[in-house]
Amino acid sequence: MNYDRYLNRAIAAVPPSGIRRFFDLAAAQKDTISLGVGEPDFITPYHIRDAAINSLLNGETQYTANRGLLSLRKAISRYMDERFHLPYDPEKEILVTVGASEAIDIALRAMVQAGDEVLIPEPSYVSYCPSVIFAGGTPVPLVTTRETDFRLTAEAVRAAVTPATKVLILPYPNNPTGAILSREELEAIAEVVREHELLVISDEIYAELTYGGSAHVSFGSLPGMWAYTVTLNGFSKAFAMTGWRVGFVCGPAPILDVIVKIHQYTIMCAPRQAQVAALEALEAGFANDFEDVRRMHQSYDQRRRLMVAGFRGMGLDCFEPLGAFYVFPSIARTGLTSEAFCQRLLEEKHIACVPGTAFSAYGEGFIRCSYATALDKLNIALDRMGDFVRALI
Amino acid sequence: MTHLENQLLDILREDCRMPLEKLAVMTGATMEETAAAIERLEAEKIILRYAPVVNWDKTDRDRVEAMIQVRVTPQREQGFDAIAARIYAFDEVKSVYLMSGNYDLLVLVEAPTLKELALFVSQKLSVLDSVTGTATAFVLKRYKEDGVVFEDTRGDGRLVVTL
Repeated sequence: MNYDRYLNRAIAAVPPSGIRRFFDLAAAQKDTISLGVGEPDFITPYHIRDAAINSLLNGETQYTANRGLLSLRKAISRYMDERFHLPYDPEKEILVTVGASEAIDIALRAMVQAGDEVLIPEPSYVSYCPSVIFAGGTPVPLVTTRETDFRLTAEAVRAAVTPATKVLILPYPNNPTGAILSREELEAIAEVVREHELLVISDEIYAELTYGGSAHVSFGSLPGMWAYTVTLNGFSKAFAMTGWRVGFVCGPAPILDVIVKIHQYTIMCAPRQAQVAALEALEAGFANDFEDVRRMHQSYDQRRRLMVAGFRGMGLDCFEPLGAFYVFPSIARTGLTSEAFCQRLLEEKHIACVPGTAFSAYGEGFIRCSYATALDKLNIALDRMGDFVRALI
Repeated sequence: MTHLENQLLDILREDCRMPLEKLAVMTGATMEETAAAIERLEAEKIILRYAPVVNWDKTDRDRVEAMIQVRVTPQREQGFDAIAARIYAFDEVKSVYLMSGNYDLLVLVEAPTLKELALFVSQKLSVLDSVTGTATAFVLKRYKEDGVVFEDTRGDGRLVVTL
């Protein structure tokens, strides 16, 4: 039977990830050391897991409010204000979602319709483009390059704006590049946002993970930008809670009301135990100044330095990433494409990295290496990659 | 303790064979600063020894361990220190802790055989003047030591590649 005529053509036309074959290859191979994982190597701190277990033992198995437990929203409100200088009303301006991924989808669906253009810095996390298409909009890439350390410039935004431009996505700290934006750079972008009255979706899932003394600056905390900004964040990265699927979206009430409408009719509410666990993560964090986050952050920072030095030592060009837990070295010197490099590295040295092209065509010539991997494995991986690269250049 | 020293302790505790060069890279300090910090930690006896965590059960050595709860009479002027020193002087004794609770000292003892360990308790430890009672518990299996799980079957738990 031919199902084509039953399928939504716009969605069916979105190409599947071009490197599926590579992923299958990586998954099938035994004894692989993986630098290809986009999640922490820490497991969720014990007290957080325990809170969820207790909640189950107490029989807390019901739905929560659509927007999430009010206690959690209050904690998120305090967290966003104290950590990122972003005031949000827990009653009207915060929604707890099933991971920041859901937040990306429903925020876009709440704003974007046919004919709207959405500006997306590339390379970036893989879900923005499809989500824009699913919402009926048109994704417009804002190409960032090694020359600016993959930082988005205000000029690039200004050059891409058309009368149809509605939304600008700001994914910083960035996956896959590890790039961040400074306050000055964000202020310059804010000028363009104000000029053209764009809405900004600021995906700040890696906000806790910035290095080199540069604390994350939330776009919505810039003067006048709160009203133009929908902020996404969550617990996956900083609190090592990926599998729990709990994130949140914050923004002005008129926008949140529409976002909530989609969430209400499609999701009902984020899983209760995940919310309870998230609440524990924040409450314990307030009590001990986010000791868990700081401990993991310090470990990432040490490994980050090791990786950058390691790649430079191999003779590869590697800018210093100041955010997330990825390094994004150029493998151009080896003469291989990103995908060929990763495939051969996997087959010959049993190391899995992600080709830059997994994130967009603009990632060609680069590979994403996650340093959320145990130190002993990182060292082995660097040694083997060193052998591999030196044989090529 | 400086931030650098704290970082070094955390890293060395995980892998005490980490080369100086990498320690410097990871902490963002120079080689000289890193070497000086380690020297200081050693000189001040904060770092006492660089030793591996060994799973003896996988070796062919005969080895019995016990944790002995020891009640003692503290001595005038010296409290528990003198008797603790008397106990930790035995080669069989691997660790001695002064404890709160129902007993005073927790003594970790290691011997090649059960018999030798029993003899240690009955002929060396119990007969000390200040010792008023002991309760010996033999270690049957070791699951985790110094933060290392011996037979960790959980694996990584993560997919090999996620974006």
